[in-house]
Amino acid sequence: MATLKELSRVEERFVGGHRLCAGCGHGISVRMILNAVEDANVVVGCATGCLEVASTIYPYTAWNCSFIHNAFENAGATISGVEAAYRALKKRGKIDRDFKFIAFGGDGGTYDIGLQSLSGAMERGHNIVYVCLDNGAYMNTGIQRSSATPTGADTTTSPAGKVIPGKQQPRKDLTAIMAAHNISYAAQTAINNWQDVHKKAKKAIEVEGPAFLNVLSPCPRGWRYNTPDIVQITKLAVETRFWPLYEVENGKWKLNYKPKKYVPVEEFLKPQGRFRHLFKPGNEHLIKAIQEEVDSRWLALLERCGETPELPPR
Amino acid sequence: MTPYNPFNRNFGTGTRTKAVRPDMKWHELTRAGNIYEPGNANTYETGDWRSIRPVWNKERCIHCLMCWRYCPDASVIAKGGKFETFDYKHCKGCGICAKVCPVNAIDMVPEDEIKKVKEANKDEE
Repeated sequence: MATLKELSRVEERFVGGHRLCAGCGHGISVRMILNAVEDANVVVGCATGCLEVASTIYPYTAWNCSFIHNAFENAGATISGVEAAYRALKKRGKIDRDFKFIAFGGDGGTYDIGLQSLSGAMERGHNIVYVCLDNGAYMNTGIQRSSATPTGADTTTSPAGKVIPGKQQPRKDLTAIMAAHNISYAAQTAINNWQDVHKKAKKAIEVEGPAFLNVLSPCPRGWRYNTPDIVQITKLAVETRFWPLYEVENGKWKLNYKPKKYVPVEEFLKPQGRFRHLFKPGNEHLIKAIQEEVDSRWLALLERCGETPELPPR
Repeated sequence: MTPYNPFNRNFGTGTRTKAVRPDMKWHELTRAGNIYEPGNANTYETGDWRSIRPVWNKERCIHCLMCWRYCPDASVIAKGGKFETFDYKHCKGCGICAKVCPVNAIDMVPEDEIKKVKEANKDEE
């Protein structure tokens, strides 16, 4: 494991001057992942989303590497096409350098709109890495619900009112869907633990064949928490088991972090404005339902990872 | 200036060698809106978004580089594995660096206070 001192010597591939909001989780995640590439040449593709519209406003680009522009639904298809073209040219001896291929997508462009092209790219077995930066809604267009939005969250298309308390449906488990493609590597990680992100990004890049990373990347605007607390809020998501850290390597599930203590999911919901309505009197059953969902998902995950399915001690 | 010809497939490629500038006319722009200079967002300054400014405290800093790791704007410049300086041209003042610092070596100071101090210093001169 490289230290920060060594990593800080790696060339910056996502430079300042992009127009992401102050304190955006995407900037942190992208810098961590591209830092793990180290000296290799890299080609980046980006599905439409906050990251894409904020980093490549013509005539500027924040990407200090090759970048290919995409529509919302085809980041997986484009990057697999680029990879196939690269392999063909390499075979004919027209390219002599080695390249790595990374696609970034938000949760809207991955969970919903880009799922078919991503699924195709994974099935065809291209040597690519797809990174989903999950901030739990379509933040770019004004915080609309996506299938990554957690139950009970207040968004502009699932507003919390007198009758309906935010989003009704549970969240889609995309990492498990990707693992079901039997790809070389699929992992879920969060930026509060940079060693974990670095290790998983490095593994994903080095592995032969398709790899998928799901990174929890908080959005201060959409989640409505105090901007500097980004690490604390991500840590709470991991500690409350809302966002477990695990990886699936060639079909083998492995849990990377097991909280030592039982932390109720309220701790994660409380600092966020999008869940404020859940703490009004009379809404206790909603929090209880969210807690039950989190617990049942955690037990199912433990079983998949071959560990004893039990909740952490209170 | 090349006259516009829709059949000229290389139209606009004259700018391949130079950077695209915001003040260029439409016919001077690159074909398909390509950008040939990677990382040129560096020339775009987002520092004026900032309302609070991170100020580095040299005595307290232990050069752990957590601020460098968690800066979304690549505005913490590390040189030779050590904290060098803040890039105030791009720092948006989010305050994450001050929060992740384990020894509180970064203070967030409101910009107008810095302005007042500067003005006071000017008056003395």
